[in-house]
Amino acid sequence: MTDQPLRRTSLYDAHVAAGGRVVPFAGWELPVQYTGISEEHQAVRTRAGLFDVSHMGEVRVEGPEALEAVQRLLTNDAARLAVGQGLYSPMCLPSGGIIDDVTVFRVAEHAYLLVVNAATRAKDVAWIREQAGTAIVRDLSDETALLALQGPRAGAILDGAGGGVATTLPFFHLADGVSVGGVRCTVSRTGYTGEDGFEIACAWDRAPAVWAALMEAGKAHGLVPAGLGARDTLRLEAGMMLYGNDIDETTTPLEAPLGWTVKLNKAAFIGREALMRQKAEGVTRRLVGLEAAERAIPRPHYGIAVDGQRVGVVTSGTFSPTLRRPIGMGYVPVALAAPGTAVQLDVRGRPAPATVVRLPFYRRPKT
Amino acid sequence: MYPNDRRYTREHEWARREDGRIRVGITKFAADRLSDVVFIELPKVGTELKVMDPFGVIESVKAASDLYAPVSGRVTEVNQQLIDSPELINQDPHGAAWMIVLEPTGDGGWEQLLDAAAYEDLVGKEH
Repeated sequence: MTDQPLRRTSLYDAHVAAGGRVVPFAGWELPVQYTGISEEHQAVRTRAGLFDVSHMGEVRVEGPEALEAVQRLLTNDAARLAVGQGLYSPMCLPSGGIIDDVTVFRVAEHAYLLVVNAATRAKDVAWIREQAGTAIVRDLSDETALLALQGPRAGAILDGAGGGVATTLPFFHLADGVSVGGVRCTVSRTGYTGEDGFEIACAWDRAPAVWAALMEAGKAHGLVPAGLGARDTLRLEAGMMLYGNDIDETTTPLEAPLGWTVKLNKAAFIGREALMRQKAEGVTRRLVGLEAAERAIPRPHYGIAVDGQRVGVVTSGTFSPTLRRPIGMGYVPVALAAPGTAVQLDVRGRPAPATVVRLPFYRRPKT
Repeated sequence: MYPNDRRYTREHEWARREDGRIRVGITKFAADRLSDVVFIELPKVGTELKVMDPFGVIESVKAASDLYAPVSGRVTEVNQQLIDSPELINQDPHGAAWMIVLEPTGDGGWEQLLDAAAYEDLVGKEH
C-alpha cells in the first residue's frame, strides 16, 4: 500500500461523538465498533444498525453504449434490468480472475451506477474507463456518501425519517429523490448483512443530517450505530464474499460460490472464454463454509488439512455471534467440497477438527 | 488510569510483583482493542517462559492475539475462572482477569518493563 494520508468520511465527527473506535481501513479512518462487535451484530439481527459505508466507490456509466460497456465488464446480465433495478456481479479479468465484486443499478434508460469496493476503487475506475468504449464514465465517489441501514426494523426507521418507500421498494431496487431528514437521497433495498435493509446515498456533506435523522427515528426501534467489525461478522454469517479475502484476481466466480452470477449465454464479456473453459473442464477447488468442532476459530491464511496434508486455505473466519460457534470459509479441492466432509484447521500449529458446511451459515427468518 | 502498583510491556501486558512472584494480565487498552473476547488459551502450570515468549492466545470476535511473557519465569498459577469466563477480560482486565502467576528467574527482566507513566505515554501515542 501507499503512504497516502488516511481519509475521513463526512461522518467522522459523528462517529467519534458516538464513541466509535476509529481504525485505518482501506485508506480510510472508520469505526470498527462503538459499544462492541457482538452487541452491534445482535442489534442488526434483531432490530437495526446504521453503518457508514461512504468509503465505497460509486461509478456512473452512461450514454447510448452504456449497457454494452456494462455487459462487457460484468459476468452477470445487466440487460434484464429495468430502470430502478439492480444486481450483484463480479467484474473479471480475461483470466476469469475477479477484479472486484460490485452492485450495479440501472438508474436511467442509458445510465448505470456501479457501487465498488473502497480498496479497489482506483483500479476499478481505470479498468472501467479502459473497457467502456464510447460510454461516459464518471467517478462519483468523492461527492457521494453512503449509509447502510440494516435489520428487521430498518423499513420502519427509514419511513420514520422521511423515506416513505419501505413498503413499496422491492429487494435490489432503487428509488431516487427520497427525502431522509430533509435531504434528497437515493435509496436501494440492498445490504451486506443478510437482513432486510437499505443503502442510502446522498451528497457527501449532507450525510451528517441523514445520519442524525435516522438515529433519531431509530430511537424507538433500538437502532444502534454499527462498525466495520459487525459488518464483517454479519456478512460472514450470511455467506457473502469479502473482496481481498474470499475472492481476488487469482480466484474465479466458479470457484467461489458465485456461479449464479456468471451468465455465459449473454452478450460477450471479459473473462467469458476462460470461464467457459473452466466450466467445461470443471473447477479444481471450491470455496466452502467451515464450522470448527472445538474452540478453534478459523482465521484468514490458516491451513486446511486432511490426514496431516495441507489441502487448502482459510479466507475468512470468526466466532459467529448468532450461532455461538466458530465459522469460516476457505478453498478446498473439489473432492473435499461436499457438506459433511471432515477436515482439520491448522490453528497455530495444532490441528483442530472442522466440517465443511453449506453456505450461508445464517438465513433470516421469513416474514 | 493505569495502576502504579505494576509495570507494563509494549505489547500491553501488565506485571505485578507479589511476594517475589509476578502476576500477569493484559491492560484495559488491549482489552478494549480486542473487542468481545470469546476464549483464551493459557499455558500449563510448570511451563518455563522467557521474556516475550508467547504464553497464550486470546480469541475475540475480531482476531486472534498472542500473549507475551513480560518476564522470564515458571508458571505457578493459571486463572481457571478466566478460561471459563473469558468475558472477564473486557469487564475487569486489571483485576479478576489476571492470567498467570510466574516464579521469576532472577529478576526476570523486571527492570526493562515500563512504569505506568511510560505506558500511558505509549498508549497515548497509539490513541
